Amino acid sequence: MAWREMFRALREGPLTEPATPPPEDEVAILAARLKAAAFNRLGRTLAIRQVDSGSCNGCELEIAMLTGIVYDLERFGLKFVASPRHADVLLVTGPVTRTMHPALTRTWQATPDPKWVVAVGDCAIDGGVFKGSYAITGGIDSALPVDLVIRGCPPTPTAILDGLCALIEANAREPRRPR
Amino acid sequence: MTAHAILDTAAFVACAPFPRRVLDQSAWAEFAAALAATPALELLALWADPTHVHALLHDRDSADFLPVSVAVEIGLYPALSPTRPAAAWFERMIRDLWGHTAADGIDQRPWLDHGHWATTTPLAARPSPNLAAAEPAEFLTSEGEGLHQIAVGPVHAGIIEPGHFRFTCNGETIVRLEIRLGYLHKGTLGLLRGKSPRAAARFAARLSGDSTVAHAIAFAHAAEAACGVAAPPRATQLRGVMGEIERIANHLGDIGAIIGDASFAVLPARFGWHREAVLRAAARAFGHRLMMDAVIPGGLAEDLATEGARAILATVAAIEAELPGLVRIYDDTSSLADRLQSTGTLRPDLAERFAAGGFVGRASGRRFDARRIPGYAPYDRLDVTAVCLDQGDVDARVRVRLAEITESIRLLRLLLTELSDGPIALPLPMASGEGIGWSEGFRGDIWHWLRLEGGLITAAFLADPSWRQWPLLQAAIEGNIVADFPLCNKSFNCSYSGVDL
Repeated sequence: MAWREMFRALREGPLTEPATPPPEDEVAILAARLKAAAFNRLGRTLAIRQVDSGSCNGCELEIAMLTGIVYDLERFGLKFVASPRHADVLLVTGPVTRTMHPALTRTWQATPDPKWVVAVGDCAIDGGVFKGSYAITGGIDSALPVDLVIRGCPPTPTAILDGLCALIEANAREPRRPR
Repeated sequence: MTAHAILDTAAFVACAPFPRRVLDQSAWAEFAAALAATPALELLALWADPTHVHALLHDRDSADFLPVSVAVEIGLYPALSPTRPAAAWFERMIRDLWGHTAADGIDQRPWLDHGHWATTTPLAARPSPNLAAAEPAEFLTSEGEGLHQIAVGPVHAGIIEPGHFRFTCNGETIVRLEIRLGYLHKGTLGLLRGKSPRAAARFAARLSGDSTVAHAIAFAHAAEAACGVAAPPRATQLRGVMGEIERIANHLGDIGAIIGDASFAVLPARFGWHREAVLRAAARAFGHRLMMDAVIPGGLAEDLATEGARAILATVAAIEAELPGLVRIYDDTSSLADRLQSTGTLRPDLAERFAAGGFVGRASGRRFDARRIPGYAPYDRLDVTAVCLDQGDVDARVRVRLAEITESIRLLRLLLTELSDGPIALPLPMASGEGIGWSEGFRGDIWHWLRLEGGLITAAFLADPSWRQWPLLQAAIEGNIVADFPLCNKSFNCSYSGVDL
């Protein structure tokens, strides 16, 4: 019965992890930093468009965990959007395959300024294990100007959150970035 | 002659554990035609090397697995696709990668090669430079009054892999779906060549990240078969543990996502919570949430951590305790029944014709499970139950996966309580030979083929179960409404990266 589950949830409180001790304390500090930074710079929210430009889908699995109740990304004002036209950030995974290169470039062109590109995962940095393949152009910077890299194969959800928060803080201190 | 009689005339080439038969072109052509009258011979995979085209067949009646090859002559070989339509995507892939054309193949359009590579036929003995500009894709036509097309992708609206879906619709109803993949082609097969199996295992582990363990196991099996060695018992048992953890984690995540696509929030929250718990247990037990690179040819990279078994058992006990209540909610929610039942129905005859593996096959009456047949350690001693339904709709695929979670928990307990002592890996000799390896990933049966010379890979193919499931999604979606496509797609959850190679 769904009502029983809901009642239990009410009684036991949320399962979303509080932003306290490690690794949760990290999240708490970042949450506070984010709130201040994002408010100055962007208002309350940052819209993220995720793009897979050649990943094995490992990074997608961990990024998708951010939307669940444990990491609950939206409490930080971060949210995933369905169109690049609604996005502030492109969160890009994978090496850039030659076949995805045109679509990735077009997605970036469709994203309004100011915009940021975050390269997620070791492949996104320099092609990772696929470096040297005939089928890729390299890391994300072979197609787009990258603002931030988040390492890991795949990075943990905490590492991805950490990176997104660092991006906001850095940009809040800078004047508007030229395209 | 019957297909079996033709096979009996073939010469054998050493390939462990299934000797490979080689037919000449006329015998292969006759064999391809005879397949029409032999539905029990299922096509599991079709691939190539610079000189030959290879098929892996399964005889449903005798439970034999038969690799069969044909030499390519002046760039041609007789097609299997007229009698085995599942061969069509493989034939298109073979032409793009090796340049061998399936004469009389039912579809001659390019597949992986969208015209953006620097060379054409990159795996051929002599690839040629790509001088032509990329051309727009050609799609199959649908004719009739009031039809319109919806083009989706390659960049999708969610957090998923890229691919292009071309829907032809009449109002809300989908008349035809054509899927175009290849966007994630990373040249994996080319990268395997010239490497030792140990070094190459990193690529097998990244063919499809959600099946990293299952692909690493199949790859290790192929390498071990080619070298004539077997991984130590503790390694195979822990591989089984990792494989079942991966299955549970994927089932939990996908069931939650399917129900989430039907806009019912309570269950995805709970399933997502348990998925996270499983990933954390995996990280504690094996040092990595997805257990990437933990399985290597010869055994394991690292042993189970001291507290690992306890972490896993505690996590699955919590799932087991809550699952019946969650299933009750699923059963009692009429809006879910309305959305999921009789949606995206895959007919059993189609599942059989395409030899659909995993929960896609088992929700449509095809019971095949590579843990049972041909089987592999540690499952040879465990008597795995394959849950099988025949409704073939989204609901049936969810129910098969729910039942598989329970079964995997049972297997995990057995494996962890009877864990052998001893080494976790042995070195592979610098051998020459050919091997086929397999495993049952959460999606279904995975098949890897390797040829080694002096301990280095000279040719390889890694077959994800999605090759035989994607085409069926195209069939299952017909007559459904566009708004139900996400549900249907998620309920199949085929791998993009896994087939893009």
